[in-house]
Amino acid sequence: MTFDSEYFNIGYLDSLSYKDTFVHRLDPRVKLLVSFVFILFVVSFPKYDLSGLMPFFIYPVFLLTAGDIPLRVIAKKVIFVSPFALFIGIFNPLFDTSVLLTLFGIPITGGWISFLSIIVKFILTVSTALLLIAATSFLGLCEALERLKLPRVFVIQLLFLYRYLFVLLEETFRMLRAKDARSFGKRGSEIKTFKRLISILLVRTVERAERIYQAMLSRGFRGEIRMLRRHTLRVQDFLFALFSVSLFYVFRHYNIVSILGETLGRTLR
Amino acid sequence: MSHHILELKDVHFSYPDGIEALKGISFRILHGESVGLTGANGSGKTTLLMNLNGQLLPTKGGVSIGEIPLNKKTKQEIKRKVGYVFQRPNDQLFMPTVYEDVAFGPVNLGLTPEQVDERVKSALETVGCLHLSHRPPHRLSEGQKNAVAIATVMAMKPDILVMDEPASNLDPKSRRQLINLLKRFEHTKIIASHDLDLILDVCERCIIIKDGKIAADGPAEEILLNKTLLEENNLELPLSRQNVIYKGLNLKATKAIPEKGLTT
Amino acid sequence: MHMADALLSPAVGGTFWAGSIGAIAYASRKLRENLDDRLIPLMGVLGAFIFAGQMINFTIPGTGSSGHIGGGMLLAVLLGPYAGFLVIASVLTIQALFFADGGLLALGANIWNLGIYPCFIAYPLIYRAIVRNGNTPRRTIIASVLSVVIGLQFGAFSVILQTKISGITELPFGTFLMLMLPIHLAIGMVEGFITAGVVNYVRTLRPDIVENSEGIKVLSSGSSMKKIVIVFSVFAILTGGIFSWFASTYPDGLEWSIEKIYGKSEVPERQNPISGIVSKIQKKTAILPDYSLPSTSKEEEKPSWPAVDTITSLSGLLGGIMVLVVVVIFGIGMRVLRKKMRKT
Repeated sequence: MTFDSEYFNIGYLDSLSYKDTFVHRLDPRVKLLVSFVFILFVVSFPKYDLSGLMPFFIYPVFLLTAGDIPLRVIAKKVIFVSPFALFIGIFNPLFDTSVLLTLFGIPITGGWISFLSIIVKFILTVSTALLLIAATSFLGLCEALERLKLPRVFVIQLLFLYRYLFVLLEETFRMLRAKDARSFGKRGSEIKTFKRLISILLVRTVERAERIYQAMLSRGFRGEIRMLRRHTLRVQDFLFALFSVSLFYVFRHYNIVSILGETLGRTLR
Repeated sequence: MSHHILELKDVHFSYPDGIEALKGISFRILHGESVGLTGANGSGKTTLLMNLNGQLLPTKGGVSIGEIPLNKKTKQEIKRKVGYVFQRPNDQLFMPTVYEDVAFGPVNLGLTPEQVDERVKSALETVGCLHLSHRPPHRLSEGQKNAVAIATVMAMKPDILVMDEPASNLDPKSRRQLINLLKRFEHTKIIASHDLDLILDVCERCIIIKDGKIAADGPAEEILLNKTLLEENNLELPLSRQNVIYKGLNLKATKAIPEKGLTT
Repeated sequence: MHMADALLSPAVGGTFWAGSIGAIAYASRKLRENLDDRLIPLMGVLGAFIFAGQMINFTIPGTGSSGHIGGGMLLAVLLGPYAGFLVIASVLTIQALFFADGGLLALGANIWNLGIYPCFIAYPLIYRAIVRNGNTPRRTIIASVLSVVIGLQFGAFSVILQTKISGITELPFGTFLMLMLPIHLAIGMVEGFITAGVVNYVRTLRPDIVENSEGIKVLSSGSSMKKIVIVFSVFAILTGGIFSWFASTYPDGLEWSIEKIYGKSEVPERQNPISGIVSKIQKKTAILPDYSLPSTSKEEEKPSWPAVDTITSLSGLLGGIMVLVVVVIFGIGMRVLRKKMRKT
């Protein structure tokens, strides 16, 4: 029984989100919507259009660099979650064997091109999701969701979950360490032990909820939770949104890569 | 003659599963008094505290705060008067940021945003955490969490402050800061703790609970220096009052062990 | 079995987002109607609990591979379907953001696959049905395993549908089925037993936690059941046909936006690009009974892949069940609608 090393990563991404850069200061609603639009544009590419995707890297790269976010963290995570997409994608070259183009005498099938397209799309979309949270505090995102009219009950749930996530992760981690200290490497019935551990953790969690509830009541709680409004839209936010979406549009409809390629080819000649 | 602010008359409490935790507790606390509450584990300290602000209601006997008797109807009102600081600050800090946690109480009291802001800032100022206003609670150290937890209660301006093991998770420096803070408070204070040195430092009066009954009630200096009494109740002398053997020298500290230069 | 953005098309991703947001709104509204204040901190910490629980990997006996719990069913048992659904949705949201588990577009599909089926289908229709006649440890096990397995099968099947309809993968439907369903059957059995084990054990420590109280937790009362059924049939209609209706009423706006996203060269020369997409979807879903996949490859010539018999029988069976369920739901929904119409 192991505890995912990813646990440590949440804290790290969380700490990155409190930096103070242009990107961090942008309104979270704008970042969220622009990122979502970005993803829509990226996944709208047909399966054989590989080159058209390339310009889109500009967005995650922008977030990464302007947001002072270390590349290694993002790269590791992208690699870490790639198995499922890779696993499904790898079937493409196996099934799609029509040759679409020949490169230096080597025939390249549509299957490989679409597989690569999947990989590129994967990198673009996943990195953007990570960069979004790294460049926007979770609290900011929740505020954005609420102002975008997501139900209050759900937003409060997100906030409470987040608040106690670290507490619970640590508690779980300690439980596992204590169990390991008494296991001496013996692999008994792991699942049975797991059931016990989870059950105890569950009871403790419910008891914790009861204490929190009492604490809330002790401070006069009667059902409503009120939170601060922290962000207002400024000119920068509008400009950023306008500029990014226009850029995505241009990338999607004008084959920048081939235009550039041709001009380069012509100048070289 | 200062009027009493808290009175317990023959309070009994039994849990739903039948365990009787309090078996007839009676005492009076005067306005401005600071009282330490101590006893072995399982003696009933926390149960007693929970009966003071309406979390639990006595199964027999009565609690009254000022002139108001504690019952189902007056529970809410009592909660405004009694500020309860829980044992684990994590249970008490549930909002996304420190500011919102401290504001939670005042907002529920129905104050205007300006009033809320004033209360929050002054409470955080008092505990020395104003600079932490915009931090999320999971980014605070244990000592900071304790301080902020106290601020969340202080912001409600309660008449009585009830605290359950306030120093249990603190490192020495934070503990010292807490003690200094508590000494500055003018509220009526009831502090349940195992830390007898803290009680000695902060409280004038001490009550010892054993098996749900009061075993002793008197000035802190008398009770906490009575070795026999303490040992009868599964306690010990405060550490600062115990004999210390250091490098062959037998030291008996009176007030505090001096930091530099141990004399024979 | 999280979906990934890279395997989705905007239409499919967007559809399931709409569905999930609708479900979240619906569950939130139901909770608001009779919210027990206690639920607010409880849902939060249980979400954190499930999250933490998912980070523990254990080895599955006999296979040697490691797995972890999903938790949707356990949440439904503890909190009831509405709160349980919101909690699983919140867990998936944080995972999407911090772990990039799939992506932001796929989050909508994931919430649907991992939340709707356990909480709104398997839990009320299977778990509660079995447990209602006596909440004994043995019944808990049966109820648990059955509902988790079926919920997971639905979820896995959804993933397959979503991927195929998006058209990004070349994986043939039949092979996809063979890959996903058996694995998730095994995973479902393990998780079902674990869920039952936890519920039974916790019952000995604190029975009040797992005893279902009345009110919002119970979804078996007639009226609320029918409402769920209505909601579900609405969504079924949405994925199938509402888009075409919408497109015909607002051709300009929608056409413009879809055009902009897809690029003019991609959209077939039609009056209505939406209906074009929808008909593509319908064509592909019709593959279930008899069709072979139209594709650029020559897969039929590969003898090593599962014979057509397996494909039709497996997909036929599952497709049949799915169609039946949709029909039943539609039927009940229609009945209630008619009842309401008669009253006015």
